[in-house]
Amino acid sequence: MQEHLVVSASPHIRDDVSVRKVMYSVVIAMVPAIIGSVYFYGLRALFLTLLACAAAVLTEAVIQKLRGVPVAVTDGSALVTGILLAFNIPPGVPWWIPVVGSIFAIAIGKQVFGGLGYNPLNPALLGRAFLLASWPVHMTTKWLPGRGGTLSGLSLSEIDVLTQATPLAIMNSARAIISDPASTTHQTVQAVKVVAHLGSSDAIANLFIGNVGGCIGETSALLLLIGAAYLMFKHYISWRIPAAYIMTVAVLTSVFGGTSGLFTGNALFHILSGGLILGAFFMATDMVTSPVTPRGMLVFGVGCGILTTVIRLIGGYPEGVSYSILLMNIATPLIDGRTRPKKFGEVKPSG
Amino acid sequence: MTNSVEIAEAALPERVVIPLRQSLGTPAEVCVSVGDDVKVGQRIGEPGGFVSVPVHASISGKVAAVGRFPHPGGGEDTAIVIEGDGLDEWHESVKPRDDVEFLTADEIRKITLDAGVVGLGGAAFPTHVKLSPPDSKPIDTVILNGAECEPWLTADHRLMLERPGDVLRGMKLLMKAVGAGRGIIGVESNKPDAVAALRAALHDGTDITVTAVQVKYPQGAEKQLIDALLRRQVPSGGLPMDVGVVVQNIGTAYAVYEACYLGRPLVRRILTLTGSPVARPSNFMARIGTLLSSLIEQAGGLKTDAGKMISGGPMMGVAQFTTDIPVVKGMSGILFLARGEVNERQPDPCLRCGACVHVCPMKLVPVMLEKLVINERIEQAVEIGLNDCIECGSCSYVCPSKRRLIHYFKYGKLLAAQKSATPTK
Ligand code: SF4
Ligand code: SF4
Repeated sequence: MQEHLVVSASPHIRDDVSVRKVMYSVVIAMVPAIIGSVYFYGLRALFLTLLACAAAVLTEAVIQKLRGVPVAVTDGSALVTGILLAFNIPPGVPWWIPVVGSIFAIAIGKQVFGGLGYNPLNPALLGRAFLLASWPVHMTTKWLPGRGGTLSGLSLSEIDVLTQATPLAIMNSARAIISDPASTTHQTVQAVKVVAHLGSSDAIANLFIGNVGGCIGETSALLLLIGAAYLMFKHYISWRIPAAYIMTVAVLTSVFGGTSGLFTGNALFHILSGGLILGAFFMATDMVTSPVTPRGMLVFGVGCGILTTVIRLIGGYPEGVSYSILLMNIATPLIDGRTRPKKFGEVKPSG
Repeated sequence: MTNSVEIAEAALPERVVIPLRQSLGTPAEVCVSVGDDVKVGQRIGEPGGFVSVPVHASISGKVAAVGRFPHPGGGEDTAIVIEGDGLDEWHESVKPRDDVEFLTADEIRKITLDAGVVGLGGAAFPTHVKLSPPDSKPIDTVILNGAECEPWLTADHRLMLERPGDVLRGMKLLMKAVGAGRGIIGVESNKPDAVAALRAALHDGTDITVTAVQVKYPQGAEKQLIDALLRRQVPSGGLPMDVGVVVQNIGTAYAVYEACYLGRPLVRRILTLTGSPVARPSNFMARIGTLLSSLIEQAGGLKTDAGKMISGGPMMGVAQFTTDIPVVKGMSGILFLARGEVNERQPDPCLRCGACVHVCPMKLVPVMLEKLVINERIEQAVEIGLNDCIECGSCSYVCPSKRRLIHYFKYGKLLAAQKSATPTK
């Protein structure tokens, strides 16, 4: 028996979590939103999601093979990237969009840096940024209305006829019209009406459920939150980043996001629109690209929140979430370095 | 689990192998020759310096050899082999004392040193050294650590249940030795029976309290225990005495009791023999130098193939090559893991999940430390707390990527020590 004894460094027992477990839990957490996307936009959503996943996993496998490193695609991380990429594209795009996006995300966003754990930026978001820059028309107009509904989630069909956009984009154009002194009175009256409609409780309810136009997986706050709750319960994501992110957006938009002066903004609308819930719970929390220290997570979340609000309100751009997170990804090493917890005993001795 | 298994006196070994390295610091020096007759409690090794303790014969018989033998701390080391005569005769120097009440602090320290008492929790730091704080560091509190440092080890738990009175007597002596007016026994709250047993043994108007502390590994680590009981944080790089505290282990208090009341040097200790492959997991009172193979036999042997044998607990213990190692003073238990329980996965890349940061009791950032050590940026690693790491293993335990964090921390500390030893140009 003696020659079989394994001798290795302590500790000799390990928690049975693994990279694989973490990654597949994230996949499971996104399943409700996948089902929701099929319900809202039809099987096409599922088709695009599967294409994105297949492209991500294949790209990862091929590159790992070429690099001569162990092929570890089964760890689930490429699958997560594929799903997230699909979640971030409009459901009406041609089939090759998710494929190209996933290949870019894995090849340039992840493997170029050395694979899992070494990528400074969230691969799925980088893939999306690439798609947006290369095929802006596809990425900003190929929306599909929700089930039996409209893009805006309202039955006010003239809004959709008017703008062909998602709720946040409509809100932004309306805000632009209101603040533009060149607008005619008629335009302004219409715009005020639109803002009021978007903020109505019916509209908010639709946003919460997700039956509006938007990217494949970003619209349903409800379904995303169910998944996020599961991940938090498993301690795979911390509440810190999403809480700091959402609170920051809530405060800033309610102060500055209104059309009739300070403190008239509709925070709820801003939280539930534009993919903020998806971003805050599933992308800003990406372990590899966000801080590891508790205080760093808060700083990161607040940073994302400020950038998102600035891009939305000042840039007048219905985006914000993905670029904010990418920008904060760059700051992650800096944040970690500055927010190290106080060591135990790094205090004046008491007593 | 062995927490409900009574301490059993192990069979008198026919032969003992007593290593001279029984504590941190300098090993003892042999003071007997091959062929000498020895009795139980007779000195066979003299302390090799201040941070060193004498070593005593644990059975009566003949010194058969002095040579190099496997040591549970790793590698081989000098040990004295005694062939027993089966008589178990005690040396004449071993006499009970009836004037214990009147012992002075200095006398208690001296008896402790002469008896070769060391910290029995695992670190095996010479107890007399811990009991000799400089005058500049007045001690107001002695803490007895009843929060077993490691899961699975139950020697201290049983001792608190079975000999609470003697543990308290030992505690009183420890307090007197350092002039502390207060004693606290911190017991993990999952051992209410031990709390009750100790409280029942307390007299009225005593200056000792028994406090249940929340169970959270590594609560048994000194600094965490002091924080939990007194809300005092030992400064980074400092010792408990910097906050007026001396921490001792339950087993150590009992050893001090035996040394002072019974005049017995430390020739035996309680250790837990456990793990799923062990037929009858046991708590043994065993003579120092007893070979583990014999204790394993007394525990009914191994019913399944063992994949790993660990001296100490699962989190910080040292994996062993062989069952031919002797019981030493610092051995609090032996844990066997079945083949299937040995989890030796290749580490995956760090996910930066932050789990290690969350769990570190010293509030370090293990993921950063690991990177710095791997890149040999030792100075920076020390700056952010490399030397504060207590090697508790919590970070490695929770890491989803199974990073060998502690392995790097030990290595890094070694490099740091070398660096500070060689002055930079
Ligand atoms: S627990 Fe492991 S994977 Fe997570 S941050 Fe620490 S070292 Fe990296
Ligand atoms: S072993 Fe890990 S968890 Fe324990 S003190 Fe060291 S760094 Fe912290």
